[in-house]
Amino acid sequence: MATTLEPVPAPAPAAPPTYAEVTRDVVATLRAPGPRYYVGLAFVLVGLAFGAFSWAWQLRYGLGVTGYQPPIFWGTYITCFVFWVGIAHSGTLISAILLLFRSAWRTAVYRVAEMMTVFAVMTAGLFPILHLGRAWYAYWVFPYPNFRGVWSNFRSPLVWDVFAISTYLTVSVTFLTMGLIPDFAAVRDQARGWRKSFYRVASFGWKGSDREWRHWGKMYLYLAGFATPLVLSVHSVVSWDFAMAIVPGWHATIFAPYFVAGAIFSGCALVITILVPLRKAYHLERYVQIRHFESLAKVILLTGSIVAYAYVVEFFIAWYSGNPFERASFYNRAFGDYWWATWIMFTCNVFVPQLLWSKRIRTSLSALFVISIFVNIGMWFERWVIIVTGLSHEYEPWQWSYYFFRWPEIGILVGSFCWFSMWFLLAIKFLPVVAISEMKEAGPPPLRGGAHP
Amino acid sequence: MSTGPGVVGVFGQLDATVAAIGQLKARGFANYRVYTPVPRPELAEVLAQKTSPVRLFTLFGALFGTSFGFFYAIATSLDWPLITGGKPIVSWPPFIVIGFETTILLGSLITVAGMFLLAGLPKLGRAPGYDPRFSNDKFGVVAFGGPAQLAEAREIFGSAGAEEVKDV
Repeated sequence: MATTLEPVPAPAPAAPPTYAEVTRDVVATLRAPGPRYYVGLAFVLVGLAFGAFSWAWQLRYGLGVTGYQPPIFWGTYITCFVFWVGIAHSGTLISAILLLFRSAWRTAVYRVAEMMTVFAVMTAGLFPILHLGRAWYAYWVFPYPNFRGVWSNFRSPLVWDVFAISTYLTVSVTFLTMGLIPDFAAVRDQARGWRKSFYRVASFGWKGSDREWRHWGKMYLYLAGFATPLVLSVHSVVSWDFAMAIVPGWHATIFAPYFVAGAIFSGCALVITILVPLRKAYHLERYVQIRHFESLAKVILLTGSIVAYAYVVEFFIAWYSGNPFERASFYNRAFGDYWWATWIMFTCNVFVPQLLWSKRIRTSLSALFVISIFVNIGMWFERWVIIVTGLSHEYEPWQWSYYFFRWPEIGILVGSFCWFSMWFLLAIKFLPVVAISEMKEAGPPPLRGGAHP
Repeated sequence: MSTGPGVVGVFGQLDATVAAIGQLKARGFANYRVYTPVPRPELAEVLAQKTSPVRLFTLFGALFGTSFGFFYAIATSLDWPLITGGKPIVSWPPFIVIGFETTILLGSLITVAGMFLLAGLPKLGRAPGYDPRFSNDKFGVVAFGGPAQLAEAREIFGSAGAEEVKDV
């Protein structure tokens, strides 16, 4: 990895961008895309078509086309579900929690993180449906009035999950949209033709009057206040899908904080994975600076350390409990059939992020990009380790089993990445990827003394 | 706010805008509007903005959400009283999750609805005196009133350092 290092770059130019420059540079990202964009989009659509074909195949021939082996009926799909929900979390962390903490560095990166949140939840939400044999009955989880008077079981963590995930999707879409209103207005006033009409409606006719800002500012603050406990609750609820069951390796009180830390860890890594190429493609070097990446890297280091601690505690408690089933489950994790998954998880999530202690690495974009991909892979495997390894080695030896994914599951996994990327690619041509009004707010205002031209 | 004929001052600097608003207030103008590309505390201060009542919507929405979530879970459990896991029909600890999520859901949505209501959005038509530059890099102050007041406003804007003063 040392060969990919760049020298520590010089500090950013002293002059912050003026208001007009912010508008100009961000609006420039919304121009008609070039051929490379269309090639990328076509590539993504092909992958999505493969995913759709795989699902159609699974619907036609049933869940037998997957690698499910009794009692392992949660495999790649639920792994992907938890992975994508986790990815979503950094967006809300950066946009809401860091807003409440008044961390100035979030301004440059929060819009991308928030977009990522929305698209990741949209991806995650598909998986509980995709893993059903009879997907057309998915609506049964919703408590709707029906002829027989049967309601959903509110004591079930799966129903909590429905509430948590649908609330999260609604609130994160709302949060993103509300933040976009002033920016849409700024774009509207620069746009022409059909785009002007589009942004006129999208901005709800925002004019930036004193009255509008006054109510909008408070609304945004309260939304951040709601989003903060929400983000902590959502992954806790997802973790209770497991922790409420009595499967050895799942039934642990540590799960909620452990999952939340892991979610922020993986989400920040994906923000880096996306921002590095985006910054280069749209020449956003002046806005998304090295110090922003360094701050993200520090969040990764912190949450990665919490995750590493949780791994160690899990193993320790399994041993210390004296419970033979817990002990066997964790021994199986490290040395059983799925030893490789566990060690991929440890390598990617515990060992590789230790490189971030070095400032040289934290400020090197190529190194960060590579590390972020390691973290993404590691966090996918973490969920695999918990779900599949846990289920494969429950209480009685005759129930022990081995699951491995087959091609339709890979097709849907690839399709999910393409689905996410498709939304992202479409969005970067319609939504300003850097928050225009907040970027202006972060800089010094223009004053008569000429402090800012 | 009634909007008759008015005068717009286009300002390039924040302090000039603040000075113009201060002058307007000192001369007894009550009917004026400010357009800015960013919210600034200096402006909120000179305008003496009161805390937005949007927080009442937030409070109502959150309380409504909590009651709704618990009510929904309890009422549907009683409607089909099926014992699962040996637990009571109305087992409130798991219902906290439902109540919590609906608190956030309805609290957020009603807060947003309150903002739309209070800010008068959506407002797709024209706003008097609005200029596309006000979403980019200029600050705008629009004063409304009779001919004498408008003449006074023109003078205030000019002396405060407006880049442009025009009638609307």
